[in-house]
Amino acid sequence: MSRVLEVRGLAKAFGGVRAVRGVDLDLQAGEMLALIGPNGAGKSTCFNLINGQLQPDNGSVRFLGRDVVGLPPRRIWRLGVGRTFQVAATFASMSARENVQMAFLSHHRRLRRLVGYAGDAYKQEACDLLERVEMRALADRAAGVLAYGDVKRLELAMALAHGPRLLLMDEPTAGMAPQERRSLMTLTSEIVRKEGIAVLFTEHDMDAVFSHADRIAVLDRGEKIADGRPEEVRRDSRVQASYLGSFGAQS
Amino acid sequence: MDLLLQQLLTGVASASGLFLVASGLTIIFGVTRIVNFAHGSLYMLGAYLAVSLIDLFGGGHLGFWGGVILAMLAVGLIGALFEITVLRRIYQAPELFQLLATFGLVLVVQDVTLLIWGPQDLLGPRAPGLTGATQIFGLRVPVYDLFLIAFAPLVLLVLWLLFNRTRWGILIRAATQDQQMVTALGVNQKWLFTGVFFLGAALAGLGGAIQLPKGDANLHMDLQLIAAVFVVVVVGGMGSILGAYLAALLISLIRVLLITNAQLTFGGIAAWQMELVSMFLVMALVLIARPWGLLGRREVASDQRSGTPEPRLRPADATLRIAGGLLLVVLLGLPWIVGSYFLSVATEALIFVLFAASLQFLMGVGGIISFGHAAYFGLGAYGVGLAVRHWGMSMEVALLAAPLLAGVGALVFGWFCVRLSGVYLAMLTLAFAQIAWSIAFQWIDLTGGDNGIIGIWPPDWASSVTNFYYLAGAICVIGLLCLRHLAFSPFGYTLRAGRDSPLRADALGIDVRQHRWFAFVLAGVFAGIAGGLFAYLKGSVSPETLSISLSIDALVMVLLGGVQTLTGPIFGGALYSVLKNELISLTNYWRSILGLIIVLLVVLFPQGLAGAAESLRGRLGTSR
Ligand SMILES: Nc1ncnc2c1ncn2[C@@H]1O[C@H](COP(=O)(O)OP(=O)(O)OP(=O)(O)O)[C@@H](O)[C@H]1O
Ligand SMILES: [Mg+2]
Repeated sequence: MSRVLEVRGLAKAFGGVRAVRGVDLDLQAGEMLALIGPNGAGKSTCFNLINGQLQPDNGSVRFLGRDVVGLPPRRIWRLGVGRTFQVAATFASMSARENVQMAFLSHHRRLRRLVGYAGDAYKQEACDLLERVEMRALADRAAGVLAYGDVKRLELAMALAHGPRLLLMDEPTAGMAPQERRSLMTLTSEIVRKEGIAVLFTEHDMDAVFSHADRIAVLDRGEKIADGRPEEVRRDSRVQASYLGSFGAQS
Repeated sequence: MDLLLQQLLTGVASASGLFLVASGLTIIFGVTRIVNFAHGSLYMLGAYLAVSLIDLFGGGHLGFWGGVILAMLAVGLIGALFEITVLRRIYQAPELFQLLATFGLVLVVQDVTLLIWGPQDLLGPRAPGLTGATQIFGLRVPVYDLFLIAFAPLVLLVLWLLFNRTRWGILIRAATQDQQMVTALGVNQKWLFTGVFFLGAALAGLGGAIQLPKGDANLHMDLQLIAAVFVVVVVGGMGSILGAYLAALLISLIRVLLITNAQLTFGGIAAWQMELVSMFLVMALVLIARPWGLLGRREVASDQRSGTPEPRLRPADATLRIAGGLLLVVLLGLPWIVGSYFLSVATEALIFVLFAASLQFLMGVGGIISFGHAAYFGLGAYGVGLAVRHWGMSMEVALLAAPLLAGVGALVFGWFCVRLSGVYLAMLTLAFAQIAWSIAFQWIDLTGGDNGIIGIWPPDWASSVTNFYYLAGAICVIGLLCLRHLAFSPFGYTLRAGRDSPLRADALGIDVRQHRWFAFVLAGVFAGIAGGLFAYLKGSVSPETLSISLSIDALVMVLLGGVQTLTGPIFGGALYSVLKNELISLTNYWRSILGLIIVLLVVLFPQGLAGAAESLRGRLGTSR
C-alpha cells in the first residue's frame, strides 16, 4: 500500500490557545482513519491545516510525497484532496445536481467558459454521482432547502467528483438519525474501499468510529495521545481517562 | 524651510474640519453599521445654519459662538430625527438599503437648502477675536488657523473622555462589540442608537460651522466633502476616532502640499492636477497594505450568510419569452407610436437599462457591491469623447473605444477591489469612481475639465432620432441578452458559487478572487458600452457621467428591480430613468421628490420592489 498522507509535528496556536500541538498522522490508500477527541480538541483545526485553509505554525504536511504547506485550498483540492465541512457548505442557490456539476466544471477547468449553459455540462456524470450517494431523487431540489442529512450526502458527492485520493470528512454524520448515520458510513466505506481512497474523518458517534475505522487517532487538547487499531485504542488507559470514559455522558 | 512649515500649519488647520465630520461618520458606523451618505449634507446644513444664526445674533463673541453651538445642536437634532423616522425602520434591511435612504436625505437636503438660502454662496463670518495673523517662529500664521489646530485635538480628547469615562460612552462601546448583551442589560438600544446619531450629526454640523471663517457656505459642499470624509474614515479604519484624526492629517497635508506647490510638475502633470487624485490614491495604497485601515479592526468575514439564501436562477419560461417578444415588438414599433422627444427619452432609458444590468451582473450574480459603477459608464463616455476629440475617429470606431477604456479601467480598479470585502470594498469602488472623476475634472488639457468634451455627433446615417434609437436600442438589447446568458454560463455559475459560499468554492478548486476580477472587467465593459452610447445621445461628455449621483442612480435602478432578478434591471432602469426625466422637466425641485421617493421605497419595501412583489404573490397564494 502507498502512503497518501504524512503529517509531522503539526502545530497551530490561536493567540494563547494552542489548538494543535505537534500532531503526526499517516494514512495509506484505502484506509479509514478516525480522528477523535472531545469538543475543542483541535480536530477541525487539523483538517483546516491539512487542506490549506489555515497555515500551520510548525510541522509538515505531505500529500502523495509532496509538501503542500503554503498552498491554498483550491490548489490542494486539485492535487486530489476532497473535503466536507463540519457545518456543511454548499451553494445554496443551486440545485443539488448543479452543486455537483460545479465540482465537475472545476475539475475539467471549464469555469471560465462564457458560452454554453452550466446546467447542461456534466449533467449525466452529476446524476450518476448523486445516484451513488442515494440523492438521485433530490437532484433538482435547491441545496439551501435540503434536510441536514441530505446536505451532508451532497457534500460527499461534491467531494468525490474529481476522483480524490484523500477525503477529509469533518463529522459526516452529525445531526443525523442513527439509522441514517449507519447507512451513510456504510456507503462511504464501500465507495472508498472500492476506489482506494484514503479517508480521514472525525466523528462523535463512537459506534460509527469503532465499526468503520481501520485506525483511530485520539486528540486531547491539541495533542495526539493515542493512535492504533480500534481494539488497541479502546484498551488505552489514557484514552479511557481523558475521553472514552466520559463519552457515555456526551453522546 | 519656512515655506514648508507654513504649508504644514495650513494643512494641520484644514485637517480639523475634515476630522470633525469624519469622526461623526465613524462613530455612527462603529455603532450602527450604517454608512451615512448624508454626512456631507449635515455638514452643509451646519454651515448654512451657522451663517444665519450668527447673522441673527450679531457678530459679537456671544453671537458667533452662540450661533456655532446652536447650529451644531440643530444639526444634531436633524440627524436624530432622521434616525427616528427613517433609519430605525430599516436596521434589519440589507446595508445597501440604508445607504440609499441616507442618499435620499442628501437629495432632500440639497433642495431644502436651495429653497431656504438660495443659490448664492454665503460668505462665512469672521470669528471675533480670532482674526488677523500672528508671528510664530518668524512666520505669519492666521490666528484662526492656530485655533483650528488646537481645536481638533481638543475634540478628540472630549470624545475620548466621553467614550471611556462616562456610562453612556461605555454602553456605546459595549454596543459596538455586542448588541445582544446591551439589550440584555436592559438598556434601550433604540435610544442608544438615536443618541449616537445625534452626536455624529452634531459633529458634522460643528465641522460645517467651524470652517466658516475660512470659507463659505455653498450648495456643492455636501458631495465635495463626503468623498473626502469617506477616504478619511476608511484610511483611518472604520469606527476608529483616532484613526480618523491621523487620516485627516495625512490627507490634508498631502493636499495642501500639492495645492501650494501647484507649479511643480511630475512627468508633465502639474501638482495641482493631482490634488484630488492624490487623496484617493492614498486610500487605495493604504487599503492594499492594511485592508482594514490604519487603526481599524479586521472585519471577520463569516461564511455563514445571514438571511435567506439567494433565489435560484431559472431559464426563461414560456411566459417570460412571450413577454420579451412583445416588448421587442413594442420597441420596434415605438417610432410610429411616440414623438421624437419621447423617443430620445426611450433611447436614454434603454442605455440606462444596459448600465443597470451590468451592475446587476456584478452585484446579483457576482455578489460584489459597487458604489462606483459610474466609473465605467463615464470611462466609456470619455473613451468616445477622447477618440473623437483627439483622434477625430468616426462613430463606428469610437464606439469601440468605449468598452476598451472602461474595460481597462475595470481591470486596474478591479484588481484592487477584489482584494477587499464588505464596507471597505464598497468604499474602494466609490473611491475609484472619484479618482476617475477627479482626473476628468482636473486634467483639463486632456478632458476639457468641467466643460467636458462637446461636439460628439453620430454620422449622418445614424443622426436622426429614430435611427439612433434603433442603433442604440439594438446594441443595448444585444448587450442585455449577453449579460443574461452570462448568468447561465459556467462562468456565471462560478461567480454564484463564490457568492453563495466562498469557503466551499475554494475547497472546490475555484479561485474566487480571480473570477470576481474577471466579472469586474465584464461588468465594466458593458457599462462602458452604455456610456459610449450615452455620449452620442447627448452629443457631449462631462464629469457628470462619472459622478457619485450617477453611481447611486444605478444602484437605485438595480434595487428597484430587485438585485437577484435578471429581468429586474429592465424594469428598474426604464422606470427610474423615465421617472427622473419626467420629474426634471416638471419641477426644479425634482431632487427632493426623487429623494423622498427613494426614502419611501426603502422604508415601505425594505426587500426591494421585486421582493415585495414576491411576497405579495405568496400572500395571494398563487404558485407562480
Ligand atoms: N479561527 C479560530 N480562531 C481562534 N480560535 C480557534 C479558531 N478555530 C478554532 N479555535 C480554537 O481552537 C480549539 C480547537 O478547535 P477545533 O474546532 O479544532 O476543535 P474540534 O476538535 O473540531 O471541536 P468540535 O468537536 O467541537 O468540532 C478550540 O479551543 C477553538 O476555540
Ligand atoms: Mg470540529
